Amino acid sequence: MTDELRELSAAGALRRIEAGDLSPDEVFDAHADAVAGERLNAFLWRAEPGSATGGGGLGGLPIAIKDLFCTEGIETTAGSRILEGYRPPYTATAVARLLDAGARVVGKTNMDEFAMGSSNENSGYGPVLNPWDEGRVPGGSSGGSAAAVAGRLAPWAIGTDTGGSIRQPASLCGIVGLKPTYGAISRYGMVAFASSLDQCGPLTRTVTDAAILLRALVGRDPCDSTSVGIPGGVELPAREDLTGIRFGVARDFSHHAEGVEPGVAATFERSLDVIARAGGEVVDVELPHAGHGISAYYVIAPAEASANLARYDGVRFGLRAAGDGDLLTMYERTRSTGFGAEVKRRIMLGTYALSSGYYDAYYGRAQRVRTRIVEDFAGAFESCDLIVTPTSPSVAFELGAKSADPLSMYLSDYFTVPMSLAGIPAISIPAGLAEPAGGGPQLPVGLQIAAPAFAESELLDAAHALEQAIEFDAAPPRGAGDG
Amino acid sequence: MIDREQVLHVARLARLELGDDEIERMASELSGILDHVERIGELDLDGVEPTSHVVALENVLRPDQPRPSLSRERALEQAPDPADGGFRVPSPQA
Repeated sequence: MTDELRELSAAGALRRIEAGDLSPDEVFDAHADAVAGERLNAFLWRAEPGSATGGGGLGGLPIAIKDLFCTEGIETTAGSRILEGYRPPYTATAVARLLDAGARVVGKTNMDEFAMGSSNENSGYGPVLNPWDEGRVPGGSSGGSAAAVAGRLAPWAIGTDTGGSIRQPASLCGIVGLKPTYGAISRYGMVAFASSLDQCGPLTRTVTDAAILLRALVGRDPCDSTSVGIPGGVELPAREDLTGIRFGVARDFSHHAEGVEPGVAATFERSLDVIARAGGEVVDVELPHAGHGISAYYVIAPAEASANLARYDGVRFGLRAAGDGDLLTMYERTRSTGFGAEVKRRIMLGTYALSSGYYDAYYGRAQRVRTRIVEDFAGAFESCDLIVTPTSPSVAFELGAKSADPLSMYLSDYFTVPMSLAGIPAISIPAGLAEPAGGGPQLPVGLQIAAPAFAESELLDAAHALEQAIEFDAAPPRGAGDG
Repeated sequence: MIDREQVLHVARLARLELGDDEIERMASELSGILDHVERIGELDLDGVEPTSHVVALENVLRPDQPRPSLSRERALEQAPDPADGGFRVPSPQA
């Protein structure tokens, strides 16, 4: 019975709760028990079964929260040893909105430290395992949230996306992940990585679930002056075919791009066929600067991170490394002990790019490339409604496969970074299964669909119709994450 | 290429203390990443305005009204070394 409850989509559970044939506590406890014994290392904090009660629109359903969101009185680490034991004095607006709507937190999910990574191997608390194959990564940085939803440890989750951190793990775990338009959801209480790019979003098993969660999350927040909500609101998807929708494909920024695995390319081509069969039109578009997205991103995001992470200095909260010496020595020792290798690398990169003599060549130039990318999308959307790409160039890779080569890891976000730089919404939905480049059992492949800013309702509507047409019904081996 | 001296200079700016092995590795990794990043040097960006923020917003204002903030006790709760109602730190010139 409890296994069956964990197979329900959130919308399915809500329908049964509303009809009175399911108690929210049963659903919560089934997941809380699974979370308590999980073996994917997907959670850093776990709720007790039977804890708290809920109601309202989200029906008391359990939700997994990426450990980047501050939760009052509950440990919030951002995946970093520098925040081990930190109990924030306030709750992030996104989480508060979910609690107000009746959701219950079943756990806080593991992640790449400060959301910097594409494999979850950069967590200060050990890597998360992919429920499809425990020898492989779940993607990152919201890898714990993606593994939890795919592994049936939570019906849904929230994560954050700076350059692909919701969409790429959703793709590698065979679930749905949405990065909303920048500004749709408040960033207040979200541990900051790159403030001009960071955005909260849902990870779910269906597009409808993503829409339900998005609707609860969006809104202007006086505590985040960059938040604007979604002016037209969020409609639940209802569309059944793709008639009249033009899907743009940019040749150089699609399955033909360098480094795309053959299995991913073939799955993408099949998705284009499905789009045509469902009544959609596939049109050629050009995104001439999208291929430069990674270069611009790896200047802009580290530059912002180097400023945001200056606050971890051992004075007001978090770790202070023990030892003698003056104030500067304490700062340096604390930061060197508390930060992991990737975080140090990005702080170094960002500090270098902003340092005297290099600012114009790196940061200034990257911001101009960002303008070009914004213009590319605006131009493309004149001749199409949505743009499709593979979400990730590869299926889930083996643990350790890319950890010695930062650049190859960064290229995992090749297709997701440009949308982040342009601030537009993009969703990844499961498109099928494909064999990894090195052979082996088939693994999930994601399809990314991007829309103009604030067109979430249209994006979700089309993604829903496409989801029905693709009919992806594969799941990780039953009980994959259970201890 | 980034050399050892540059790594040490940037580490000092970033308040990071790197071990000898970290310095060598950082120099080679940053050089590799910057080689890739420098591809944007090929683009013609003359006259292109920089983008720092993508949502059109101006002057987000609110009434300037006093409201409760964190209490001193609450603000100090997570401090590694609170003392006398403040944050104690080592002397800048120990």
